[in-house]
Amino acid sequence: MSGTFVGMPAFPAAAREAVGDATLRANLRHATHTIRDKRARAVAELDDWAALREAGRRIKDHTLRHLDTYLVQLEESVTAAGGTVHWAADADEANAIVTELVRATGEREVVKVKSMATQEIGLNEALEEAGIRAYETDLAELIVQLGKDRPSHILVPAIHRNRGEIGAIFRREMAGWGRPAPEGLTDSPAELAEAARLHLREKFLRAKVGISGANFMVAETGTLVVLESEGNGRMCLTLPETLISVVGIEKVVPTWRDLEVFLQTLPRSSTAERMNPYTSTWTGTTDGDGPKTFHLVLLDNGRTDTLADEVGRQALRCIRCSACLNVCPVYERAGGHAYGSVYPGPIGAILSPQLRGMGSEIDRSLPFASSLCGACYEVCPVAIDIPEVLVHLRERVAEGGEVVRNGARITVRPAKGHAAERAAMRAAAWAFRRPGVLRTGQRLASGTRRLHPRRLPGPGRAWSASRELPEVPRESFRDWWQRTQGGPAEGSTK
Amino acid sequence: MRVALFLTCVNDTLYPGTGRAVVKLLTRLGVEVDFPMAQTCCGQAHYNTGYRHGAEPLARHYAEVFGGYEAIVTPSGSCAAMVRELYPRLGARAAAEGRGGELARVLAPVVPKTYELTEFLVDVLGVVDVGAYYPHRVTYHPTCHGLRSLGLGDRPRRLLEAVRGLELVELPGAEECCGFGGTFAVKNPDVSAAMGLDKVRNAESTGAERLCAADNSCLMHLGGTMSRLRTGIEPVHLAEILAGTAADTGGDIEEAGV
Ligand code: SF4
Repeated sequence: MSGTFVGMPAFPAAAREAVGDATLRANLRHATHTIRDKRARAVAELDDWAALREAGRRIKDHTLRHLDTYLVQLEESVTAAGGTVHWAADADEANAIVTELVRATGEREVVKVKSMATQEIGLNEALEEAGIRAYETDLAELIVQLGKDRPSHILVPAIHRNRGEIGAIFRREMAGWGRPAPEGLTDSPAELAEAARLHLREKFLRAKVGISGANFMVAETGTLVVLESEGNGRMCLTLPETLISVVGIEKVVPTWRDLEVFLQTLPRSSTAERMNPYTSTWTGTTDGDGPKTFHLVLLDNGRTDTLADEVGRQALRCIRCSACLNVCPVYERAGGHAYGSVYPGPIGAILSPQLRGMGSEIDRSLPFASSLCGACYEVCPVAIDIPEVLVHLRERVAEGGEVVRNGARITVRPAKGHAAERAAMRAAAWAFRRPGVLRTGQRLASGTRRLHPRRLPGPGRAWSASRELPEVPRESFRDWWQRTQGGPAEGSTK
Repeated sequence: MRVALFLTCVNDTLYPGTGRAVVKLLTRLGVEVDFPMAQTCCGQAHYNTGYRHGAEPLARHYAEVFGGYEAIVTPSGSCAAMVRELYPRLGARAAAEGRGGELARVLAPVVPKTYELTEFLVDVLGVVDVGAYYPHRVTYHPTCHGLRSLGLGDRPRRLLEAVRGLELVELPGAEECCGFGGTFAVKNPDVSAAMGLDKVRNAESTGAERLCAADNSCLMHLGGTMSRLRTGIEPVHLAEILAGTAADTGGDIEEAGV
């Protein structure tokens, strides 16, 4: 993935700051609870939700199992329809391809449809280095771009901002990027939307190159599909002469019929809408209608390696609806930035360490950034068992094991920071196979119970900074049982 | 029926009162309870922290100790979920690692026989009114593993509603995680504490005297938070409420929960 996040502190440290930020927590709490309640209502309307979810899971699993076949079919279909297909093994390759394609047009600026894949590879920064300016046109992405900020949510990248902050950003920054904010702009939502509309319209009408991602690619026809709510995406997809789409290879589906499932589950899961407002589809190029030139850049960037992992591969089913973020109690308190990736929340915690590998501290800490409450799995429209994958990735950190990196099978060693924990776990496993040892420990604890503090120094502070320790009872249950054999009833609760 | 109590290592060591309450309750309902002394730990902490291979011998030990019983009852939603949901996964992963089906075979017998307490009461014994008396205002927190892994549904609520003297008050945001999450509580202490605090504030808003759950691990986290904040709300395990009768003065049962 992009280098934007290198040097991020591990999750617990990054989260601490967010937990202490009362404004941020209030913004997030309000936003996530509103959308999570709406989603629940939208999903409850369908009595075949469980069947749709299962169908979505199966379509994705089937496609991933035969990914090579469908990608080749897709390439043939896109080519036949007048498009050009490029294959990018990683972020650098993808960025180089796109930069070259834009250069060839002679243009120095592009308009962008909201896209996770281009953020993942850091495309805007790469274009900037080549002297090409990329304008984000999704409202929330625009706010992030103008604020020189980082996205904190998959669907609502500026979820951490309230409208007061947004108004200030518009008034201060718009002039540097094009049409300035209207004189006397207030923080009213209608005025803010109008300011963005005026600012963006100018760019839509001028731009000769558009860059997008895609939610789906249909192998049988070579059709790309983008779902959005604003209509700004459609402007970028139809007005420019050249369209370049950068799409992760896992976004392919075999047939149009498969879309029928996802066009029901995605809008309800993401924005709680029954039907998506703007669904754009295009197949190669058409004379006299839309872009004259179309390029599709198929992005791997760790996906094939992820696919090689039997447990972890289910993360590739993700349709980026963000329902798991909105329902996650950890995301709600830690915020999106703490995840150190363009993919925050539960899906980010399982996707980033797989796509990037576990070379960095942040990626090794992400699998532990969860209480395993299972709320994410419950809402996921493609039934990704996120807790299962989290535990699987914890195992890789704690125990090491075989993984595939850059197509080669390698053995990773257990992470260094976990040596003490590993020793403790080993000791516990040893003791738990010997009930007598457990009993000795219990008796030792009971015998010294008067001496136990309610707060701990050192590493124990992680517990006792906010919570009292439980008191050790006079007698363990097993000692009581041995003394009384479960009876007599009298005094049995003593 | 030969029923074994799997108390769990945490309860055995720190919450013996919960164990005594289960024994008292089941005995009152005519069930003969045994506590196999060789029992220790289901391996959940190992598994969830990433030490799956360390959990395997503990799972084998569990299967060995409890294999001969008709039913195994545990007053812990998360330990029941470990056996029922994750033991099969341990077996499947071992097979995927080329170790054949041996582990899956060894573990299979105990999987369907392991019941969380409220499942055992409602589904196996078919009782909802267990004849309990508990004169307190209580709010109930459904723990995540009970709610989402086991699907306990309204079993705990039905049991509580049948308790005489008990006033059950709705906990706002009941289905949200309390923030314990095993080693999560110490690996991500700030987020964990923030989640616990919100849960406690919600409990306080109900005016309840007792916060009830069917898992002492979550109650350890919430109880520790409540006593630090001096809320005056006592944590209590569901088993201790269900064990209480009019004959109890009330003091015994309460002490057991702390
Ligand atoms: S993991 Fe599931 S719930 Fe989360 S964004 Fe992806 S599809 Fe949506």
